[in-house]
Amino acid sequence: MSAILIFLALVTAVAGWWLARQRLMSKPWLEAGPVNAFPETEASLLHPAKLGLGVFLAVVGALFALFISAYFMRMVYADWQAAPMPRLLWLNTGMLLLASVALQCAVVAAHKGQVDNLRLALLVGALTSVAFLGGQLLAWRDLAAGGYFAAENPAVSFFYLITAMHGLHIIGGLLVLGRTNVRAWRGERPAKLTLTTELCAMYWHVLLVVWLVLFAVLAGWAADFVDICRQLLS
Amino acid sequence: MVDVTPHGADLIPPAEVGEMELYHPHSWWTKYVFSQDAKVIAIQYSGTALAIGLVALVLSWLMRLQLGFPGTFDFITPEAYYQFMTMHGMIMVIYLLTALFLGGFGNYLIPLMVGARDMVFPYVNMLSYWIYLLAVLVLVASFFAPGGPTGAGWTLYPPQAILSGTPGGTGPGIILMLVSLILFIIGFTMGGLNYVVTVLQGRTRGMTLMRLPLTVWGIFTATVMALLAFPALFVACVMMLFDRAIGSSFFMPAIVEMGEQSPHNGGSPIMFQHLFWFFGHPEVYIVALPAFGIVSDLISTHARKNIFGYRMMVWAIVGIGALSFVVWAHHMYVSGMHPYFGFFFATTTLIIAVPTAIKVYNWVLTLWRGDIHLTIPMLFALAFIVTFVNGGLTGLFLGNVVVDVPLSDTMFVVAHFHMVMGVAPIMVVFGAVYHWYPKMTGRMLNEWMGRFHFWVTFIGAYLIFFPMHYVGLVGVPRRYPELGDTAFIPPSVHTLNEFITVAALTVGFAQLVFLFNLFWSIRHGKEAGDNPWRATTLEWQTAGTPPPHGNFGKELPVVYRWAYDYSVPGAAEDFIAQNDPGPATQGGPA
Repeated sequence: MSAILIFLALVTAVAGWWLARQRLMSKPWLEAGPVNAFPETEASLLHPAKLGLGVFLAVVGALFALFISAYFMRMVYADWQAAPMPRLLWLNTGMLLLASVALQCAVVAAHKGQVDNLRLALLVGALTSVAFLGGQLLAWRDLAAGGYFAAENPAVSFFYLITAMHGLHIIGGLLVLGRTNVRAWRGERPAKLTLTTELCAMYWHVLLVVWLVLFAVLAGWAADFVDICRQLLS
Repeated sequence: MVDVTPHGADLIPPAEVGEMELYHPHSWWTKYVFSQDAKVIAIQYSGTALAIGLVALVLSWLMRLQLGFPGTFDFITPEAYYQFMTMHGMIMVIYLLTALFLGGFGNYLIPLMVGARDMVFPYVNMLSYWIYLLAVLVLVASFFAPGGPTGAGWTLYPPQAILSGTPGGTGPGIILMLVSLILFIIGFTMGGLNYVVTVLQGRTRGMTLMRLPLTVWGIFTATVMALLAFPALFVACVMMLFDRAIGSSFFMPAIVEMGEQSPHNGGSPIMFQHLFWFFGHPEVYIVALPAFGIVSDLISTHARKNIFGYRMMVWAIVGIGALSFVVWAHHMYVSGMHPYFGFFFATTTLIIAVPTAIKVYNWVLTLWRGDIHLTIPMLFALAFIVTFVNGGLTGLFLGNVVVDVPLSDTMFVVAHFHMVMGVAPIMVVFGAVYHWYPKMTGRMLNEWMGRFHFWVTFIGAYLIFFPMHYVGLVGVPRRYPELGDTAFIPPSVHTLNEFITVAALTVGFAQLVFLFNLFWSIRHGKEAGDNPWRATTLEWQTAGTPPPHGNFGKELPVVYRWAYDYSVPGAAEDFIAQNDPGPATQGGPA
């Protein structure tokens, strides 16, 4: 359960940092009267949708940290055989990276009000994401063609399960990104698209990081890294 | 936070809301069925949770009938008994308590108490309820599936959960259970995002975090915990679904079943236990923290005294929330673990008693020299404190490895967790319903039916669960549908089992009186007015009762004080509402 505990420690650190700035030491029973500080609720100035997405991404992070925890726990049993990594995954990783970069460009374009650049960047982001999903499907086919099916080898079962979970999250994001694309190409003003573009970019960046971590775990580098750490500690 | 940027200023909720800015339902369907108003969603959540909870209540009667009078009822076979037990536990913990506290009370109270017009994402909030309803329907469907619902115990431990010896193990029962849980988690996550973001961003002017009523703190912290803990159950369910449906071996070891080698090989059942209890233990506090918060407000209001140690209460809630993530393996002492692990988890388990005890002391000190009104909500709040202390004390026994190992498989554990996690939160649910029903309907619940309900439930619960501790201590194992002729079990246990069954049926009957009261009082209850308890929090200061769509009329209230200004010396009344500027600042900046 180490992966999820490390993740939770990070969440706790963020929550603790935030709580430390919330005047938890104040004495509300002595402090009647209007609040003069700005804003009057002492809430942060983040847009609710961004905060909501941030909280959701923390949940997504917990989900994948738990999958990784389970992966490491299952790994130590005797029947574990590492699965071969289809080389296609490298290309897929590149595609997802491109999508993330494209969406970052879209954010910049939206802020500057450049309609054409925004449309282009959004479209590239969506297409490279679709290419990523297609690539993942091909990688599944490669594995299956090599005789690696989901049921027989736990490492392969994990590979199918975890990539499927990650893919489902990309599909969910594509629903929103698709809608943003339609709105942009129908001629909505960039100013109106700024928020949704920013949300898409934030989501894609996190899913990219999640994928990089998952890739490292599935390919076995993470386990090697953990072993090195363990040797250093003992 | 002094840099007033125009960008930031847009994000503060405006005090006045234009007609167009609020979502308005236009038809009967969008007003009462597919509603995006948190108050309607809250009532939908509560109604569904109570309905499915009634099923679980009936299941508990059937189990008690079998335990009290074994062999008398032909239809209660051992298989049926296991199915009743599994469904009773699962429904009560997840589909009733979690849904009622967070989906029901959370939806109703958060926007009203923080001074918001509604949740920040009303559409997602509506989806949350409908997915929850779908989860409940899938769960109910498993009763009618061939082979019946799963009988794997509410913990669903593999390998037995998906083997043929367990009811529903090879039929659709277990699959429907897992799918229902997955749906519940998806639905809950949607609602949970709303509760968290509304508390953080939707508060009205002047409502700082340290002016929030403790109810909101409790529900808020519990939601954060649930958002982080439920994924563990999600992961466990998905992987078990794989094991069951396509024959993978995440959890399933090599097994010879009925003389045949199963296709599984090398999986780890212990891994499931880790994932399950990583969710399961925070779940205890996901149910308990809203109860802690609500009971603090009930006690303060009905004892007409400010809550003792408000800051400490907030810190304790947050501290319990954080600690509850590092105690999960105390449910697994009997699974075999490294002694140092057992030592670690026993230590964290006992440490969590410290913030919990702080809360209990603060409740008692709030009562001390208070002007205690023994209203029905207050009676239930007092019953909660007593019950929670009782259940918590046996928890201290069970938190120690050496005590837990011999007791773990006995009725002592059943008595312990029913006291601390069943009876205690349910007392708060009842107290809260009697307290806020006047706000939800405009009428009081009938007083005499309420008192009858309270005394029968309170005394009855003790008549059920106190003897059960004894039954467990003499070694009666749990999960057995029938004891038979066993040498070490004295005849007194059989007498006690009959007694407990009679008490359980009586308590169950009292709940029907409560349900009747809920419906009867909608029309015949006493008129409540806007603020029958003369309480300070914002939900009692709304534009009407029940609060209209948008909650606060044309202008949002501005908050000037914390939620606990009761019996302030020199004040005109014995309470000062949170949005009352008070004599000192009257005419000052508004």
